[in-house]
Amino acid sequence: MRMPAAIVAAASALAVAAPIHARTIAVAAGADAQTRLQEALILAQPGDVVQLGAGRFALSDGLSLDAKGVTVRGAGMDQTVLDFTGQKGAGEGLLVTSDEVTLRDFAVENAKGDGIKSKGADNIVYYRVRVTWTGGPNEKNGAYGIYPVESTGVLIDGCKVSGASDAGIYVGQSKGITVRYNMVESNVAGIEIENSRNALVSANMVTRNTGGILVFDLPSLPVMGGGNTLVEGNTVVANDTPNFAPKGNIVAGVPRGTGIMIMANDHVRIENNLLADNPTAQILVVAYPNAFKDERYNPYPRQIAIGENRVIGGGNEPQFSGGDQLKAAFGGALPPLVWDGLGGKDALIVGTKLAGVSLNLPSQGAAPTSARPEGLAFAPMTLPPLPAPVGAPAVLDARARP
Amino acid sequence: MKLLAAAAAVAALSLAAAATPAPRVNDAAITANGFPAKLSDYGFFADGAGHRPAAGVTPYRVQTPLWSDGTDKSRFVYLPAGTTARAQGEGMLDLPVGAALVKTFALNGKRIETRVLLHRADGWIGLPYVWNAEQTEATLALAGKRIDLVTPAGAAISYAVPNKNQCKECHASGGQVTPIGPKARNLSAEWLRSFHEAGRLDAVPSVARRVPLWEDRAKVPIADAARGWLDANCAHCHKPDGAASNSGLYLGWEVTDAAALGVRKRPVAAGRGAGNLDFAIFPGDPDHSILAYRIASLEGGVAMPELGRASVDPDGLAIVRAWITAMR
Repeated sequence: MRMPAAIVAAASALAVAAPIHARTIAVAAGADAQTRLQEALILAQPGDVVQLGAGRFALSDGLSLDAKGVTVRGAGMDQTVLDFTGQKGAGEGLLVTSDEVTLRDFAVENAKGDGIKSKGADNIVYYRVRVTWTGGPNEKNGAYGIYPVESTGVLIDGCKVSGASDAGIYVGQSKGITVRYNMVESNVAGIEIENSRNALVSANMVTRNTGGILVFDLPSLPVMGGGNTLVEGNTVVANDTPNFAPKGNIVAGVPRGTGIMIMANDHVRIENNLLADNPTAQILVVAYPNAFKDERYNPYPRQIAIGENRVIGGGNEPQFSGGDQLKAAFGGALPPLVWDGLGGKDALIVGTKLAGVSLNLPSQGAAPTSARPEGLAFAPMTLPPLPAPVGAPAVLDARARP
Repeated sequence: MKLLAAAAAVAALSLAAAATPAPRVNDAAITANGFPAKLSDYGFFADGAGHRPAAGVTPYRVQTPLWSDGTDKSRFVYLPAGTTARAQGEGMLDLPVGAALVKTFALNGKRIETRVLLHRADGWIGLPYVWNAEQTEATLALAGKRIDLVTPAGAAISYAVPNKNQCKECHASGGQVTPIGPKARNLSAEWLRSFHEAGRLDAVPSVARRVPLWEDRAKVPIADAARGWLDANCAHCHKPDGAASNSGLYLGWEVTDAAALGVRKRPVAAGRGAGNLDFAIFPGDPDHSILAYRIASLEGGVAMPELGRASVDPDGLAIVRAWITAMR
């Protein structure tokens, strides 16, 4: 039997990369799962696989992994469930603080805080992981489902998140990011890229969230200056769940029915998405709306490039101040692109024949009641390329295969 | 039966004491790789169960401590023979490789757990040990443990002994394990002087602004008491290289930037921890300040600190609320 050359090459590359003494540590569901699993995560060495058996692991506390190069692998996102319904402490279900970790083929349910958080964990792979709050949308659910932050190299592939009271998949203060082939449903934000650079958000199924895909840049954070992000080939459909985020959080201000929303940022490109039936706005581009004191911060969108997207319906139930009058003025539905009008002529580059509306806000932080809307029309043109490559390092792909 | 067992234990102990004339700390247990299974393996205490410090083990206290469900904590620093700690201004004492910090948590005179922080050649490591019912030995609890207890205030709680990784969550600086407590500014001038005079500290560090003694909180400016409490209870994570760095909320004693301290600062990744409130601190109004809301909570995902407490520190909460109330 002859194996295709590519597979042989990949197999031998894996053999070279894997440490000689890599072990598989099997952990079964059942009594005392908390102690047995946590102990396995503590004792794991670089290259080891912590293999979770099929079944339901009843956990009473958060779990954490701080060993580099470890794989945590279950029997499948529907077979292996880390059940945090009885969790008593900690801020998340699973916390990862080491580099080169792979999380795959298991589920996290009903974590008290965030589902899975990885902080300062470079080159992390989340593959076919499910994070679910099983009671559906509820403001008492945890904030983020999958939550990598302060990391370089993040690949989130084939995951499924629902019920998060902030964002299903949230990548913050990171760079070199790929979020692809995921299913995000019934969260406040489906996918949120925040204060991050060089992100690729591609071919995700995003539905029944309050807002589908958000790309935000916020002030007063250690890492700012988000941008150079590509949002392409996503199916962003019927994001119409009423906002259930606890007030005070930035996503609590996301209008129900937003497809793709860009706040501040420089260089975000949006193309080849299917945008259907998002009732407030298919694409919303805005400046940061609140007062801020951070002198390093630019609150305006810059060079937000919009290419060809397939747009169906939407804009028929706009949920913002003055939305109803605006809707009437446009004959029953807003055009696909809604811009607050801030950021000047550099804010938007639209390379397609797309209808839009500018709210013409007089200044950053101005109340929506001060809007003086006017229609926008664009002509086809070639979009400039993004300034830098996007996406996670290609080497992570090898850890995201069946 | 119990008495007999206790008597046997005492007899065994005295035999052991007779066999080893000069009790010494087992330096290899501190510095070698691996996780010693029992607290007695280290020999920090001359009479294991009695907690009498062995040679080189010095008790200390911090000015304002971390709240740990009202437990009594006794702290010890161990320096190997012939070594000294180095003063580093107001900050952490620089403890040599081979040093250890030992902290025992007790309730109503009964020891619950002892946490050790060991300085090995490749860095610090934290390990938790849980005491047995007979109070004769503490055993490694690598994965942590939950223990049902009643606090001095009468609250029935599920007390959490942290696991090894959780030790690091608080004791981390830039991804490395580090001590938290023995900073010069959080140690008394008298203790630092006596440690120096004993030849264990190279110099007495000068401290311009010392964290007040917690017992003196009613006598000192409210801001000092509150900032001392925040420093001890929050700043180990809420600092630029700590576990909560991404929040941008920094609560250390040295912080001067009002926004970093939370004044009119909006939440970042707080989720329902924000409690429907807009700001970490809303001056003059603790009821609209996320800081006070989370300190007062017992709910997973809301309560702060996330680890190390299963009950609210009533005095700490009162001080923080009073501080916010007085703020303009």
